[in-house]
Amino acid sequence: MRIIWSTYLAAFLVGGLICLAGQVIYDRTKLTMGHILTGMVILGGILGGLGLYDPLIKFAGGGASMPIISFGNSLAKGAISEAGKTGPIGILTGMFELTSTGITAAIIFGFLAAIVCRSKG
Amino acid sequence: MATPPIVIATGTTVGPFEGQSPLAKDFDLIAGDLTLGQASFELAERELMNSACLKAMQKAKRTEKDIDLFIAGDLLNQIITSGFNASLLGLPFFGVYGACSTSMAGLGLGAMLIDGGFIGTALTATSSHYSAAERQYRYPTEYGNQRRPYGQWTVTGAGAALLTTQGKGPRVTHVTVGKMTDFGVKDPLNMGAAMAPAAADTMLRHFADTKRMPEDYDLIVTGDLGEFGAEILRRWIKETGGLELGIRYKDCGAMIYDRVKYPQVASGGSGCGCSAVVVFGHLFREMERGRYRRILVIATGAMHSPTSVMQKQTIPCIAHAVAFEFP
Amino acid sequence: MSQKPLPTPEQARYQQLIKEMEPPARYTANALWAFFSGGLVCVIGQFFIDLYAAILHLPPVEASNPAVATMIMLGAILTAFGVFDRLARYAGAGLAVPVTGFANSMVSAALEYKQEGFIQGIGSKIFILSGSVITYGVVTAFFVGLIHALLKR
Repeated sequence: MRIIWSTYLAAFLVGGLICLAGQVIYDRTKLTMGHILTGMVILGGILGGLGLYDPLIKFAGGGASMPIISFGNSLAKGAISEAGKTGPIGILTGMFELTSTGITAAIIFGFLAAIVCRSKG
Repeated sequence: MATPPIVIATGTTVGPFEGQSPLAKDFDLIAGDLTLGQASFELAERELMNSACLKAMQKAKRTEKDIDLFIAGDLLNQIITSGFNASLLGLPFFGVYGACSTSMAGLGLGAMLIDGGFIGTALTATSSHYSAAERQYRYPTEYGNQRRPYGQWTVTGAGAALLTTQGKGPRVTHVTVGKMTDFGVKDPLNMGAAMAPAAADTMLRHFADTKRMPEDYDLIVTGDLGEFGAEILRRWIKETGGLELGIRYKDCGAMIYDRVKYPQVASGGSGCGCSAVVVFGHLFREMERGRYRRILVIATGAMHSPTSVMQKQTIPCIAHAVAFEFP
Repeated sequence: MSQKPLPTPEQARYQQLIKEMEPPARYTANALWAFFSGGLVCVIGQFFIDLYAAILHLPPVEASNPAVATMIMLGAILTAFGVFDRLARYAGAGLAVPVTGFANSMVSAALEYKQEGFIQGIGSKIFILSGSVITYGVVTAFFVGLIHALLKR
């Protein structure tokens, strides 16, 4: 296993700053966290379309791929790359190509958790 | 009231978190578990109200046969907790909804019906449950949401009061029915600010109608404005009515939790159960102990629904005032 | 359409009063918590990326997929045990913005609506909070993809 410490530092700083930005918006406005996360996903989609988010992932690793912005980025990239191969219909077929891990995992774990546990209140 | 009805007994049941309250020793029953052994939080709330009603009846040594009318309300959609309890008790039933002001709405109505000679004995009850209310009004309870500093914590608790014409206990001398007030607050997490003007309006009308002054009461309490809402009320009533409430004014929401020890409650407690357990449990006992002789309770309610809030409507609020006197 | 009534002077004064009196959020403390907890979550994510890259012999870009799934599993476990909401009281955006927050929003909804049954409860309510993230993400990506496809021609 190859550990590059500078990547960890970058992951910590970039990831921390993205979360910090979310917190500052939450505290300074009346927006709910749902509004802020939705905004971040839209931002990620646009940055992905412009090809600006991948360089950040390259630089900060988990610091850029863990925050929800990366979800928007992956959706856009999936749509774009598949559209490049098969034309406009690829937007539909490629949409969830890169994000299916996250969505599927969340559905499965959510379902399993609901079977095994109950809300603690 | 010509012949003031008497609250001969009360029953209060609270959840485990409220069991940590500085007022806990004045509550009749403290549940060990948020679910009260039930399958859902809604069933738990039903159980809460049921136990409070039975406790009040048991203390007064009355049974269902002695009671003419059951008046109850709660926060859950279509006041299901009250409906199911009325069915359990098998009594004639009026369901009332006044959001968190329901405790005094029900008690005031019961008192008026008794004073008017229509019925002899009424049982009034109300309840709220943190988890059931939270999931109806806000988010799933396990969702990691950060509470705003002016936010409030729904009290898990139920209070019941038995009203009749003869007996020992606090007498209901005056009821001032609230008017809806709307000052354009839209944030459902900022209920103290939404409800404070309603409390101020009812309080000023009560003083004008009865020709009393704040000094005539040993204690004036509002239902669930919380620490922040109570501060607003002080400022607002001074500005609009020229009244200085001073230390005789308190708020049930600010009293029920130890806000230093449990910062997650933010501004304080809220919910129907808040004013019910504090007034029926704590304050009536303080009256018996001789600490207060005459108190004014102004229960406040925010009459919004999750739908009205999402459609960007303002939050209209109401407050009902009831004056109690211990002979 | 109903006309919007103008606020009376009294209402305007009241709005001003509550704005003045509003207790401020603990900006600095909240910001620090969000920064450090968010940074920590991402560092843990990076650790899993490196781990999967090493044991599955994947390039880092592809290793981030199982790493995301692992972080979602951690978020789900913390939610299922009733710990996530307690941690999030302090961490705020630090836990909400990374995928752990996405997991929390789905798992908490599934748990909460368990009582309403498998179909009308868990099945349909699981997306109650995360739905808007997915919807707007897809809508954005659709138009971004469309623009790309048109520009390519």
